[in-house]
Parts: sequence; structure tokens; C-alpha cells
Amino acid sequence: MDFNKDFKILSSGVVYLDNCATTLKPSAVIDAISDYYMNYSANANRGDYDMSRKVDDKIKETRQKVAKFINAKDPSQIIFTSGATEGLNMIIKGYFLNHLNKGDEILTTKAEHASLLLPWFEVAKKRSLKIKYIDLQDDLSVTVDNVKKGITKNTKVISLAHITNVIGDVRPIKEIIKYAHDNGILVAIDGAQSVPHDKIDVSDLDVDFLAFSAHKMLGPTGVGVLYAKEEYLKDMEPLITGGGMNAFFDSMMNVEYKDIPEKLEPGTPNVAGIIGFSKAIDYLNELGMENIHKYEVDLKKYMVEKLSKLKNVIIYNKDVPNGIVTFNVDKVFAQDVAAYLNKKNICVRVGSHCAKTLSEVLGVKNTCRASLYFYNTKKDVDELVDALDNDNILYDSL
Amino acid sequence: MDENLRKSIILEHYDNPVNKGLVNADGYVRINMNSSSCIDNLDFMIKIENGIIKDARFDGEACAISTSASSIMMNLIIGKTVEDVKKIINNYEAMINEQPYDKDILGEAIVFDEIYKQANRKKCALLPFDGLKKILQQDKE
Repeated sequence: MDFNKDFKILSSGVVYLDNCATTLKPSAVIDAISDYYMNYSANANRGDYDMSRKVDDKIKETRQKVAKFINAKDPSQIIFTSGATEGLNMIIKGYFLNHLNKGDEILTTKAEHASLLLPWFEVAKKRSLKIKYIDLQDDLSVTVDNVKKGITKNTKVISLAHITNVIGDVRPIKEIIKYAHDNGILVAIDGAQSVPHDKIDVSDLDVDFLAFSAHKMLGPTGVGVLYAKEEYLKDMEPLITGGGMNAFFDSMMNVEYKDIPEKLEPGTPNVAGIIGFSKAIDYLNELGMENIHKYEVDLKKYMVEKLSKLKNVIIYNKDVPNGIVTFNVDKVFAQDVAAYLNKKNICVRVGSHCAKTLSEVLGVKNTCRASLYFYNTKKDVDELVDALDNDNILYDSL
Repeated sequence: MDENLRKSIILEHYDNPVNKGLVNADGYVRINMNSSSCIDNLDFMIKIENGIIKDARFDGEACAISTSASSIMMNLIIGKTVEDVKKIINNYEAMINEQPYDKDILGEAIVFDEIYKQANRKKCALLPFDGLKKILQQDKE
């Protein structure tokens, strides 16, 4: 399929391989956002006139669409946030801060994103909780056995990414959740790298909490989703209070909040963003999430096959079935590799990828990461491989 | 400057950096410089006595540009007065930012006179000089 028509940036000739960071946006998403600002840019929840009614309808429709997309039981379980970071903070500080006590244990890993670990560190310090790390395999994957080994009678929550953003390993979360629930443990999942790339069914997984971002799945920046089971959302404290989320208040400080989802969505929503997100989901549904996943896995295989032939390239996650290739060039600092590739109009990410504790287990601090999406092609991969097939990368980076 | 000469000076400083490695000694002002947008992470330590840079050292992990810029800076500032070093910093910043500058006082640092062509590496070239500025500020306090 030719995606150049829908993704204008692609026609510029750029090879965009930083899809873990954010994806490109199709015209349908951009047009929907423009259409809102040009033709009916009213606020939400003011249904007294038609333009605002239309905004409410669009938000409601998007909420239903997202619920269906991840197979949530009810649209009220879809809370619009500013992104996965906010969603994870709401889960950890809005729910768990009020439900955990001194000595309780959180089980996570050293391969997690800052957006999951830092809120947990904060809550752990406040509540004197213990953070425990699941042992990782040599290939840095998480096994159910190692999860079981990490669990004690004090373990209250298991919190980790479904797919990590550095290595891209897929955690066996269905089995982990099953085992956790059998032992009275809740599970909070960072879905930022999984929801955009594969079919995620929250009902089948039986996940308690899940957060993800729209901009990593064709949508605009500044929109994300928090999903949780109804009872936990109802019991979650809003981190921000104000307009739109209260049902009643008086000067005596009597306050009553609205029910979910409004209770957890204070202030004017990101209307344009939510409307754009709706079109992003349409686009993904049209392609089919299973197809997207299969395409990315196949394209990664192709990339690994070709890169493996280069003597100067070290790949850290060859066998992980997804669209992420984490690599270094022998004797060249990762940032110089990225600067060199940039000269060839190839975009890769370099660094610790917001997972600074991972270097403790990976053994290297910094890596280059090429992450694919369905609009990437074998030609993109060929361009990357051709560029890296060069003994003078450092010299040419200058 | 000839392209190949420019690159070979940068690489020479990258491969054999001047005063790379910190020492455990008194009388130095120290600073860590890391950038939130890239992965350069360098420590600097500078000894200033009677308004003169007596010694300067650095260490850490960084790209070829940051490392060579640090190394070149070591050569450029040791033995100079703080006032002269301030002039060097101002001229270097002007060069990186495509403003008029006096190239005669910048020594080998003029190898970065075209770094603006790679805009995302300007911060790498500036990092050691930003650190030096902070150290001079701290020393004053």
C-alpha cells in the first residue's frame, strides 16, 4: 500500500524510524482538527446550542470508539487524559496512593519508562512502600516464573509496560494478570507501546488499569486514555479539580463530584485532539490491528536479516517480535550515529529512551533505536542499512 | 578551512583528548554538564588562582563534537586570565550562532565554524563552554 498520499511528510523523502516516540499523522486526522477549529469550535458540555451539542456528540462518539477499540465494557471507563504519562500518574497517585500502606510491595522491572517508575518512586516514598524489581532474563524479557518469584505476601500491585520502549519485548501480561488476580494482586499496565501496534482486548486480558497515548497511534499530541475497571475509577481521586468535574459545591465547602468519566476529566477537554483521535482510530480499524502487527514483525525480520550482515552493527533485540530494532555501531557513540543518519535524512532515536534504570541490566547506557510503523517500507530499511554499511560513520558524521 | 583538515582536527581531539580524566585534588571548581535533549554527559573541573586558569580537566561520555570541543577548550584556556577566557567564550558563542567574531583568539576551536549547518549539534559544541561559563560564575560567588 502507498501511504504517501495520506502522510504528506513521507513524500519529502524522509525516512522516519522513530515511531516509538511519536507517529506521523494522516491527513484525515489533521483535517478533522482543522474542521473543528474552522467550523464548530465551541466548548463542550454547553448543550444549549447546536455547535456545542455537536462537540459533545463527537466526544461521546470518540469515547465509544475507543471503548470498542480496546473492548472495554462501558465507554465511561475511557477517561481522556493528556497522554500516557498523565494516565499513569492518575493510576498511581489518584488510586494507589490512597489504597496502599506502609510495607506494601510494588513489583515492576528496571526496563520501565520514567513515566511509570517516577510516580511509583514518589508514592513509595510517601507511603513507605517497597519497590521490587522482577529478575529479567538474559534477553531482558520478563517470564511468568520470574514474576512469581518476585511476589511475596506483601505484594499489592504489579506494574509494568505491556511492551517496553527500548527493547520492545512483549510481556506475557495475560498470564501475569491471571496469576496476580489469583493472589489478590492488582495489575497496572503502561500500554503506550502496545495499544498502537497490536490488538489489545482489556476484557480478555482482565487488566485492572491501562494507560496509553493518542500521538503514538496516528492521533494528535496532548491526548491519551486511561482505562480501568469501573470500581477502581469510581474510587480514584481526581489529581486536578475544577470545572466540568463537579456536580455541586457551596461556600461551606460541601463538594460533590460528578460520576465517571467526568469526575476524572477536569477543565475544558482537548476537544480538537479528541476529535482528531477519533479519525486516527478509524484509520487503524480500517487497516486492522492484527495486520499492522504482522506487517511490522515481518519488516523487522527483514531489517534484522539485512543489518546482521553488517559487521559493524550490534543488535540488542534480534528475536523480539515487533517493530523495534535497538542497536549500536561498533566504536561509534550512539549520538554520532544518529547525527550521521540525520545527514542522510534518516530519523532514529538515540539515548537511554527514558528508561534510565535499564542500563543497569543492559550493560550499555546508550543505544540507537529504529522503530517501525505500518507506513515504513522495505525501501526505508534498505536506506538505513545502506547508510550503516560504512566504515567511516564517525568521520562522515562530522 | 579545508573539510578534511577540519574533520581530522576534530577526530584527533576525540581520539586523544587533552586533559581527559578527573583528579582528586583541592582548589578546583567542578560542574556536571548534561543536556536534556541529547546524551552528552561531561564533568569539568577547573582551577583558578589569582584570576588565571591554572588547570582544567574533563571526563565523561559524549559525542565526537562535545568531546573534541572540550579537549580544544582545555588547550585554549589553560594559562589564560579569566578576562581573556570570557572574551574567548563570547567569541566562540558568536561563531556558533553565526554572529561576527574574532577568529584569531579561538585557536583550533574554529573547526566548529560551520557547525550551524548541523543545527542539532550546536548544543554539543556549546556544552563545554556553557560549563566553563557556569564555573566562572560559581568562582565569582
